[in-house]
Amino acid sequence: MKSDIELLKNGKRLDGRKPDELRQIKIEAGVLHRAEGSCYLEWGGNKVLAAVYGPREAIPRHTQNPLRAVVKAKYNMAAFSVDDRKRPGPDRRSREISKVISEALENVILVEKYPRASIDVNIEVLDAEAGTRCAGLTAAAVALVDAGIPMRDIPVSCAAGKIEGKVVLDLGKEEDNFGEADLPIAISPRSGKILLLQMDGHLTHDEFDEALNLAINGCKTVSEIQKKAILEKYQKTGGK
Amino acid sequence: MNKETREIVIPSQLLGDLKSKKAGRGTFIEDGKIYAEVLGVLNANSDYINVVPLKGRYDPIEGDFVIGIVIEAMSSSWLVDINAAYPALLHVNEVPWDVDFNETEKYLNMGDTVMAKILQVDQEKKLQITLKDRNLYKVKGGNIVNVEPSKVPRIIGKKASMISLIKKYTRCRIFVGQNGRIWIDGEEEGVKKVIDTIKKIEEESLSYGLTNKIKDLLEKDSKDVH
Amino acid sequence: MPLTAEIKKDYIIKLAKEGKRVDGRKLDEFRDIKIETNVISKAEGSAKVTIGNTQVIAGIKMDLGDPYPDTPDSGVMTTAAEMIPMASPDFESGPPDEKAIELARVVDRGIRESEIIEVDKLCIIPSEKIWMVFIDIHIIDYDGNLFDAASLAALAALMKTKVPMERLTPMIEKLQDKYPEIKKYLKDHPKDFPIPLKEPPISCTSAKFDGVIVIDPSLDEEEIADARLTVATDKKGDIRAMQKGLNGSFTVDEVKKVIKVSVDNGKKIREQLYKSVGK
Repeated sequence: MKSDIELLKNGKRLDGRKPDELRQIKIEAGVLHRAEGSCYLEWGGNKVLAAVYGPREAIPRHTQNPLRAVVKAKYNMAAFSVDDRKRPGPDRRSREISKVISEALENVILVEKYPRASIDVNIEVLDAEAGTRCAGLTAAAVALVDAGIPMRDIPVSCAAGKIEGKVVLDLGKEEDNFGEADLPIAISPRSGKILLLQMDGHLTHDEFDEALNLAINGCKTVSEIQKKAILEKYQKTGGK
Repeated sequence: MNKETREIVIPSQLLGDLKSKKAGRGTFIEDGKIYAEVLGVLNANSDYINVVPLKGRYDPIEGDFVIGIVIEAMSSSWLVDINAAYPALLHVNEVPWDVDFNETEKYLNMGDTVMAKILQVDQEKKLQITLKDRNLYKVKGGNIVNVEPSKVPRIIGKKASMISLIKKYTRCRIFVGQNGRIWIDGEEEGVKKVIDTIKKIEEESLSYGLTNKIKDLLEKDSKDVH
Repeated sequence: MPLTAEIKKDYIIKLAKEGKRVDGRKLDEFRDIKIETNVISKAEGSAKVTIGNTQVIAGIKMDLGDPYPDTPDSGVMTTAAEMIPMASPDFESGPPDEKAIELARVVDRGIRESEIIEVDKLCIIPSEKIWMVFIDIHIIDYDGNLFDAASLAALAALMKTKVPMERLTPMIEKLQDKYPEIKKYLKDHPKDFPIPLKEPPISCTSAKFDGVIVIDPSLDEEEIADARLTVATDKKGDIRAMQKGLNGSFTVDEVKKVIKVSVDNGKKIREQLYKSVGK
């Protein structure tokens, strides 16, 4: 999509960030009472809530896997989260995002410990500003830890992209709308393995390498913020 | 490590090495190293490295005493909720009454509360409980409070020191289920005190010297003791 | 289906017969209420309301639209409520069930029938273009009394709502060819302006179980209730909306008592609402 906005000016982006700089991120664990695990996350202008129920017996029974737990993440955008009100209910985009997030989370959860069970993750985007699936997955990971779900690692997600020929980290709203490529990924930070990878736009092989590298490093930075948020909640007294 | 409180670890945190320690509960092994698999309290004092989960549903162990709520009465068994990932089955052979086929509703119905014991946990995590034991029965009266199952050991205390303390100062009958359900019966003021004390223990479960702290609080509060 | 132990129900009833509640409240006392506004930047107005442990977020979105044929010079409002799965282990994902629909409609009527939004002031071009107001309620933590939390959140959000002239000016300008009178509208409304509102009524919900009536039922109290009555009252203490729910009944005396308790609590809540929106 073309526009007359200049996304890059003197090496600085619209919001003043450097090419490899993340937007501001705030994470809080354990913010809901009914949900067994929860997380509230702000990432730039994004506001996301994630909640976990389970493991609990999967119903209906035909969805049960006799050998392991089934992980169902559901990503949803609130009607008021975007400029033009979104009609409530899942659309195709939400369903696809739910699927790729479920698959990423399933990789690290020790699902064999809970045959016939389901682990349900609910991700709500309350305020949207580019990169909601990365924010959603990152929040979901914290909610899973908060729920006491056994995991091999705490997955984390971040995106890189290309604007006006330059590869940058963590696309903002206009950059997402008018940029040339978008590459959201999720990794298992301990192993560096990739759990989610999507790309649209146009990247040469070199540009892809650069973007992937940027995104992986971005993930590692966000991972530290996740861990800090969890320890902050529970370190002192055991939390409540 | 902060000496004021126990150490909290998170999933994927490196805890040690198979060369010097053994991997216990709450950990997993990868490439000869021991990692935490769950958010919990680190326990590395013995040969084993254990992580005791801070949160999560009750993980049933055979022999545990639990408080269950009946979900459904079926023809020769009942389905009981015990705050685990799965409901538990209570068979008519495992109750102290002589129950005829299809007469289960005469004895236990949806919403009834039972003190039970975990009889069996099989490989598929199918759970069975029993009421056949001296201290097990259908509960009448009182109130139920829910806590994180992980906090139960603190509420009971070493050699039941904490729970005995609470019983003494509140004059209440208390039954603590390993599954995070606590049954309390007594005078209204006493019951309230028990609930407040449990809340305090939950909030400070990581600190050392908690039993003494609680003892001081209860003593200060009480009008008549013995 | 929620499962509550019978002995817990008995305990609640035992205390209630002595005029007490499990959390220490009196029968006619509300839990702590917290109101935060402007919590969602994309929304034209928003609020988060907490009553005890119940948490609700309301967001107001506005857009240009066509008027209904029978009210050609009026703005249009709609209300939707989502009881999302995170709020309770018993909420399933999917289209709203009758509880969510009843919730949305009761909140909607409370606002619509009391004419809080001055819809006649939301007309852009008579018979052609008007403002649409979308009220979306998101239940995120359920611990009883969604009616009052949702109504209060919707009101607080409305009281901070600004009609998005700036965001929609490009769209309005496009209408100039067809409707030259738009020029005047744009001139009269160059910037975002507060949505025109009248004094809101405040809704208070009571529940009855075993002959005892309590206001602002907690989740446990709601689960044993056989009848529920929501009463919305205005600044003067007059009644603006009522809804009775569940399959139990009330005596005439009980209804009058509930109205009185609702007026008293409504007054306190109104004060708190005005304070939180900076009035």
